[in-house]
Amino acid sequence: MEAEGRVPGPPLPPPSLGSGGEAEADPDPPAGSPGAARGPLLAAAAEVLALDDEEDDLEVFSKDTSLAEVNSFSPSMPISPSSMINQYKFEDEPELRDLFITVDDPESHITAIETFITYRVVTKTSRGEFDSSEYEVRRRYQDFLWLKSKLEAAHPTLIIPPLPEKFIMKGMVERFSEEFIETRRKALHKFLNRIADHPTLTFNEDFKIFLTAQAWELSSHKKQGPSLLSRMGQTVRAVASSVRGGVKNRPETFTEMNDYMETFSQKINVLDKIAHRIYKEEREYFNEMKEYGPIHTLWSASEEDIADSLKGVASCIDKCCKATEKRMAGLSENLLPILHEYVLYSEILMGVLKRRDQIQGELDSKVDALANKKPEKDLFSEEIGKLEDKVECANNALKADWDRWKQNMQCDMRSTFTNVAENNLRYYEECLATWESFLASQTVDLHVEEDSEDKP
Amino acid sequence: MESAEAEPSDSRPEEDGAAPRSGLPPPEQPVATMEDCLAKKMEITVSEAEKRTGRNAMNMQETYTAYLIETRAVESQSEGQCAPVDSLWRRYSEFELLRNYLSVTYPHIVVPPLPEKRADFVWHKLSADNMDPDFVERRRIGLENFLLRVASHPVLCQDKIFYSFLTQEGGWKEMVNETGFQLKADSRLKALNATFRVKNPDKRFTELKHYSDELQSVISHLLRVRARVADRLYGVYKVHGNYGRVFSEWSAIEKEMGDGLQSAGHHMDVYAASIDDILEEEEHYADQLKEYLFYAEALRAVCRKHELMQYDLEMAAQDLTSKKQQCEELATGTVRTFSLKGMTSKLFGQETPEQREAKIKVLEEQIQEGEEQLKSKNLEGRDFVKSAWADIERFKEQKNHDLKEALISYAVMQISMCKKGIQVWTNAKECFSKM
Repeated sequence: MEAEGRVPGPPLPPPSLGSGGEAEADPDPPAGSPGAARGPLLAAAAEVLALDDEEDDLEVFSKDTSLAEVNSFSPSMPISPSSMINQYKFEDEPELRDLFITVDDPESHITAIETFITYRVVTKTSRGEFDSSEYEVRRRYQDFLWLKSKLEAAHPTLIIPPLPEKFIMKGMVERFSEEFIETRRKALHKFLNRIADHPTLTFNEDFKIFLTAQAWELSSHKKQGPSLLSRMGQTVRAVASSVRGGVKNRPETFTEMNDYMETFSQKINVLDKIAHRIYKEEREYFNEMKEYGPIHTLWSASEEDIADSLKGVASCIDKCCKATEKRMAGLSENLLPILHEYVLYSEILMGVLKRRDQIQGELDSKVDALANKKPEKDLFSEEIGKLEDKVECANNALKADWDRWKQNMQCDMRSTFTNVAENNLRYYEECLATWESFLASQTVDLHVEEDSEDKP
Repeated sequence: MESAEAEPSDSRPEEDGAAPRSGLPPPEQPVATMEDCLAKKMEITVSEAEKRTGRNAMNMQETYTAYLIETRAVESQSEGQCAPVDSLWRRYSEFELLRNYLSVTYPHIVVPPLPEKRADFVWHKLSADNMDPDFVERRRIGLENFLLRVASHPVLCQDKIFYSFLTQEGGWKEMVNETGFQLKADSRLKALNATFRVKNPDKRFTELKHYSDELQSVISHLLRVRARVADRLYGVYKVHGNYGRVFSEWSAIEKEMGDGLQSAGHHMDVYAASIDDILEEEEHYADQLKEYLFYAEALRAVCRKHELMQYDLEMAAQDLTSKKQQCEELATGTVRTFSLKGMTSKLFGQETPEQREAKIKVLEEQIQEGEEQLKSKNLEGRDFVKSAWADIERFKEQKNHDLKEALISYAVMQISMCKKGIQVWTNAKECFSKM
C-alpha cells in the first residue's frame, strides 16, 4: 500500500551490525547484547565520572525502576533495552544518584465517610538535608495531587511529570480493581522518580516533606500556604492576562515549541489509540486461538493414522496461543503506559507554554500601561525590571527543561518501541520453533515409513 | 427348511477384485491398475474460467461461468513432440450431472466430491459472491482436482461417460440422459426409511457412518473457527499499518528521531501488507479440508446404499418367511397366525379342497421365485459389501495421506509467516534503536 503525501525518507540501511556511516566516537553496539552495550557505557562512565572503580559505583544505582529515565546528556549513546532489563541507570550529572524512591503495597482504608487506597512510599537517601537515610510513609492519591499543584505553583514554567488520572473512562475499569490499582501504583512510582531525577524539582521543599512527613505532619503543612480562594483568584487573573498578551511578543523559540507541541500532541494521541486498538485486536485473536487448538485434539479422537499429526498441530496452536498472551502482556506493561504518559505530558507542556505566555503577558500589559503614563515612568521601571527578570527566568527555565524533556522523550520512545519490536520478535521466534519441531517430527515419520516400505 | 433369514453381509475372500454384479454396470470391465489409470495416460487441466450469458430452460437470460477443460495424451518417451491439446467448455451444472451419474452408477464407490456450489465459511475479506474472481479461481482449481481424482480412480476412470465428458463437446448431456441413470437412482424417502428400519446392517458400515458424521462435524467446526482466526489475524496485521502514516507525520517534526521513525514506519507498512498473501495461501489449505468435508457425504452415500440393500434383503426374507408360513397353514390346516382370510373362512365356511390346492400351488411358485431372488439379493449384498469395502480402504489410505500432507503444508505456511514476521520486526527494531 502506498502512503500518500509522505516525505520519502533516506534509503533504508541494510540490517547490519553497526550503525554504519555515522561519525561517532563509539560504534553502536549490536542490539540485544548486554555485554557489548555496557562496554561503551562503562567507558563513557569512566570519562564522565573519572572514577577508578566503575563497577562498584554502578552498583549503587537503583534496581527497582521499571523504565529507565536514561541519560539526556549524551543522546548519541544508544542504550540497549537488555541493559535496562539489568536495571542499571546512568545519570547525566556528575553527582551520583542519591535519592531512591519506591511506591508499593497498596492498602484499602475504610472510614465512616469514605474508602480510599494508600500507597507505601519508601525513600532511601544519602543527602545531608535529610535528617534520616530512610523514610517510610503512606500516601493517598490526594496527596500526590497536592504535591503536583505545589510544584506547578513554585515552578510554573518547569515541566512537572504527569500524574495518573483520577478516573479512567475508557475500558470501564472498576475504581478499586486490582488492575486499576496496579496501573496507578506504577504511574505514581514513575511520577516520584521523575521528580527525583529532575535537577531542580528534586530539591523542592514540598517534595521533601511529601517523602518524609508523617500523616499528621503533612496535613498540617498542607493547611498552610495560600488559601484555595486566593489560588483561584490567581488563576483567573493569569488566564485573563494570557488571553490579552504574551502571544504577540513571544520569542521565536517558544512559537516553535508551541507548533511542535500541537503536532506532537496530535500524533501521540493517535499513537495511543493505535496501540490500544492493536491490543484489542490481539486479544480477539487470542480468544479465537483458544478454541482453535482443541478442535484438532477432538478430531484426533476419531482418527488413527493421522491422530498424532493432529495432536501435534493442536499442541503447536496452543503454544502459539500462549505466546500471543505474552505478547499482549508486553504491550500492556510497556507501550500502553508510556504512550499514555506522553499523552498527559503533551497536555502538561501545552499548559507550561501557556503559563510562560501568561508571565510574559503580565510584563507586556505593564509595559503597555506604562506607555500611556510617561511622567510616572520611574515609579514603574522597578516593577518592570522585576517582571523582565521574571520573564527571563521563566524562559530560561523552560528552555532548559524543554531540552531535557525532549532528550528523555527520545530515549523513552526509542527504548519503548525497541521493546515492542523485541516482544514481537520473541513471539515469532517462539512460534517458529514450535512449528519447526512439529515439522521435523512429521518428516521423521515419513522417513520411517519409507524405510519400512523398502524392506522386503 | 432352508433358512430364509437375511444373512448379515460379510465379505467372501474367494473373489478377487472383480467388478460387482447386477444393477452395477458394466460387469465385463476389469478394474484398472494404477498404471492404467486415465490420469497416467492423459493430462487433464481446467485451465480457464469465463463469464457467459445465455438463455436458460425458461428462456430467461442468465449469467454463468464456463470452464475450459484441456486434455492431452501423454506420450511415453515422446521426442519433443507434444500431442495436440483438445479442449472444450463445461459449466458447473454439467459437472454436477456427471457426478450424479457416477454416484448412481457406482454406488459402491466413494465418488470424489465437487467443490462447493456457493462460497461457505467465508471470513470478511472473501466475498460470498459466486462471480467473485477469487471464488471462481478457487473453484476452477477444485474442478480440476475433481477430474483428476476421478481419472486416477481405478474403477471410475474406465467409465465411458466420464471419458466423453472430457472429450466430446456436443451431445454429451443427451448421452448421459440416455443411460437412464436417473431411473436407477434411489429415492431419498426410500433411503431414509431403510436407514431407520434396517435390522442387521454390517457393523463396519455402521461404524463408518458414525465416523463420517464425526468427520463432517469436526471439519466444519474447524473451518468455522479457522475463518474467525483468519479474520482476527487480518485485523492485527492491518492495524499496524496505521503506524506507518503516524510515524511519517511525526518524523516531520523531529530532528534526530525522524529517520528512524520514518523507516520504521515503512516496515510497519510491509508488515501490514504481508497478511494478504499469507491468508490467500491459507485458503488453499482450507479448500483441502473442505474436500474431505464433502467426501464425508460421499461416504455416507455408500453407507446408505448398503442399508438400502440390506433392508431390501431383510424385507424379501420376511416376505418369503410369511409366504412359507401361509403355505404351511394351508397345507396342514392349522392356523398359527391370525389372518383375515382365516377368520372369514372360519365364519363363512372353509374353502373347497380345489381352491386350497390352487392357492398352495401359487404360493409354492412364489416361494420358489422368492428363494431365487433372496439368493441373488444375498449375493448382490455380499458383492456390494466386498467391493465397497475395498474402495473404502483405498479411500482411507488416500485420506490419511492427503490430510497428513495438508497438516504438514499448514505447518510450512506457519513457519513462513513466522520467518516473515521475524524479518520485519528485526528491521523495525534496527530502525527504532537508531531513533
